[in-house]
Amino acid sequence: MSSTSLIFIISFMALFSYWLAIKRSVTVAGGPKKIKQLVSLPSQYGLLTAFWCGIPAILFLAIWSSFESTVIESILVNNLPSKIQALSEQDLGLYINNIKILAETISIGQMGSIEDPAFVQSAKHLISIQSNAIWLKTALVIIIAVSSVLFLLSKISMTFHARNNIEKIVKGLLFTCSAIALLTTIGIVMSVLFESIQFFSAVPITEFLFGTQWSPQIAMRSDQVAGSGAFGAIPLFVGTLLISAIAMTLSVPIGLMIAIYLSQYASQRVRAFAKPMLEILAGVPTVVYGFFAALTVAPLIKSMGMAIGLSVAAESALAAGLVMGIMIIPFISSLSEDAITAVPTALKEGSLGMGATQSETIRKVLLPAAIPGIVGAMLLAVSRAIGETMIVVMAAGMAANLTVNPLESVTTVTVQIVTLLTGDQEFDSPKTLAAFALGLMLFVTTLALNIAALKIVRKYREQYD
Amino acid sequence: MTKKTPERDNTAIIKAGLSKRHRKETIFRTMGLTSLVIGFCLVLFLLSDITHKAIPAFHQHWVKLDVNYDAEWLGYEAGDSSLEDLSYRTVFRKSVYQMFPEVSGRKNKRKVAGLFTTNAEFKIREQIIANPELIGTTKPLWVRIDDDVDVYLKETQNIGEPLIRIDEFEASLVKKLYDSNRIEKRFNFEFFTSGDSREPELAGVKGALMGTALTMLVTLLLSFPLGVAAAIYLEEFAPKNRWTDIIEVNINNLAAVPSIIFGLLGLAVIINIFGLPRSAPLVGGIVLSLMTLPTIIIASRASIKAVPPSIREAAFGIGASKVQTSFGHVLPMAMPGILTGTIIGLAQALGETAPLLMIGMVAFIVDVPAGVTDAATVMPVQIFLWADSPERAFLAKTSAAILVLLGFLFAMNASASYLRRRFESN
Repeated sequence: MSSTSLIFIISFMALFSYWLAIKRSVTVAGGPKKIKQLVSLPSQYGLLTAFWCGIPAILFLAIWSSFESTVIESILVNNLPSKIQALSEQDLGLYINNIKILAETISIGQMGSIEDPAFVQSAKHLISIQSNAIWLKTALVIIIAVSSVLFLLSKISMTFHARNNIEKIVKGLLFTCSAIALLTTIGIVMSVLFESIQFFSAVPITEFLFGTQWSPQIAMRSDQVAGSGAFGAIPLFVGTLLISAIAMTLSVPIGLMIAIYLSQYASQRVRAFAKPMLEILAGVPTVVYGFFAALTVAPLIKSMGMAIGLSVAAESALAAGLVMGIMIIPFISSLSEDAITAVPTALKEGSLGMGATQSETIRKVLLPAAIPGIVGAMLLAVSRAIGETMIVVMAAGMAANLTVNPLESVTTVTVQIVTLLTGDQEFDSPKTLAAFALGLMLFVTTLALNIAALKIVRKYREQYD
Repeated sequence: MTKKTPERDNTAIIKAGLSKRHRKETIFRTMGLTSLVIGFCLVLFLLSDITHKAIPAFHQHWVKLDVNYDAEWLGYEAGDSSLEDLSYRTVFRKSVYQMFPEVSGRKNKRKVAGLFTTNAEFKIREQIIANPELIGTTKPLWVRIDDDVDVYLKETQNIGEPLIRIDEFEASLVKKLYDSNRIEKRFNFEFFTSGDSREPELAGVKGALMGTALTMLVTLLLSFPLGVAAAIYLEEFAPKNRWTDIIEVNINNLAAVPSIIFGLLGLAVIINIFGLPRSAPLVGGIVLSLMTLPTIIIASRASIKAVPPSIREAAFGIGASKVQTSFGHVLPMAMPGILTGTIIGLAQALGETAPLLMIGMVAFIVDVPAGVTDAATVMPVQIFLWADSPERAFLAKTSAAILVLLGFLFAMNASASYLRRRFESN
């Protein structure tokens, strides 16, 4: 039986045990009129029993499923002729894979005119192990569910505190949920770190960090991996920084001025109109910005450059950077506005009372006081620009040019991750692993920026609280 | 600026500088307003550019083809039971040539056939299978026109003159069709009812819409309960210690991790270690829910925190336990805020592309997915794929798909802000 249908059966059993436990508790109490003598409500006994029915069985099912394939494989290997067992790991893996494919064709009933009888023998063996495993799994899950329900039914008595037990379980579940965020981070770190370590054993880390040549395609030939210098990531870092810098140059002044205007000058009506507009900009998916950059802005810049006699690449860094800047404007403006409005009004009023004009107050009092919050906003914006993917994938180039000329085509870290990982891939080639190494760089950089930003913002909040 | 040095003619000094200061004030203020106007113009430019590009995609030109269901051309003999494998291509070709008897030469004939959509022969097949009596008759059949011709008809000022990919000969053929009233412009319903295709005139968004719906379903089912449970734990139960601090900092950081990193996580852990299928909405949903979880947790915590403590105290006072208080009293009151956060999180997930590229949802998939483990694509990825296609007609299709996606996003954001406003006024 498949795991999905087993989960359905378990849920059904849980429902049934809920009802059983209610019945049981009423009987223990001595009839519906005497349920007040129980320490918990009948429905609470029911709920507890349902929990007991479901949770152990599903936990068991999860553990079983995660180990099933490994165990089956090792049983299969142990039963293979010793000649095959002696094969190298790779060949053995291939052999086992062939057995699996054959087993599948046999079970659909499409056996061709094949082959080595020992091979067919092991395929049939695999089928029998698999079906045994399924039966064993089903039986064990049901036994576990039934026995825990029976155990609980026997525990129901006048003095058995069901509610306290339920609450312990609920708290445990809630804690598990909140730990998932932590597990996600650990998962991210592990996944990028392990692959990166593998990568750095093939390509020295210094070469990756300081090399100026990036052409991962060459590395498809394994004899060229380390020697060719194909994995120098400097051009990618420079390209990423160039595009981010263009984006920030556009978005910081505009975003900051919008924040100042909206928080200090704008009337209620202007605000009511401008806020949703910024929300629209913030809500547009990045793929739309990418489309806009690649098909509207880039051709526009190219033709403008042609008009004044400049040669502009079709996928210029300028187009990607400008559109990324548009994307970041609402981000900067809303965070900066928060920082500005958080400055105590006493400071502002004091300055105005001394006869300063409004702009003087803003420039000499409000902004200096809000600067930590604004810097935090900038750092978060930079981290977003660095991690932004779709705009650069669609509008920036693929070739790694080491240049700071915004009119030329550059590539970024995220573009390379996408190029290396989409399409056919073998998982252990340095080409794929390089993507994870780039991912590690990206993760570390953005994490550092975020932590710095949060620290600055938090410190500054404490100042005025 | 205020001067502190006591001088006799302070007022005079201030007055002298006043006009300059006022001018600066005006400049500063104008700069603020200009920035706002620039922002507004950018929004307007973006939206109008995309809308302008999208308009052609909502209409499609159809052409009337006189199909001669000749038994001989079909290779049909009376009594044949199977109509599946007749030579429909021959029927299509020869019917077309019959419409243009003056055309000769292989190259020219191929151009004539190229004016019609490539699936015309399948249309003919459908007709015959539905109605075998047609064999031996000649009946008109409306089929879609080829995408290049469609673009030509939408862009040309003067039918009959060559433009872009349509040369003089083809233009004259189109003019002939047009003058004999064989070309008709219809609303393109098929854009919403068909899956992806390599042929722009046949491509639609239904597959991507279904994929998006399935992915969002998985995301909602995972991220909403998990996020709310985590928020309740952190706000109501968690002891103030190092662990909860770590979890809290960690959630804030996760919210700012680039989305592509979540794609790497999905590829390395969910696909390669847990062995879930590539390109499936299930994996996409899991990855996106991990990504939206921080948003939902942060919003839910803020909302739970805003529930007045008197509610909790009242519940405790009548003997409710902490769990009962949280689930029976605090949670219902915090629900509008939680829902707002969830909708915003889902709207983010709806527009997300990068992590889905990593887990292989970028494949070309014609079939409309029926379950969460079928290979599928989603709207943003469909937009990405179409934007990459060289055919000119895909430009309009891409923009139209963007409009559909933006429509959903605006609806979601509008409902979130409506909820928030109602919540605030209560």
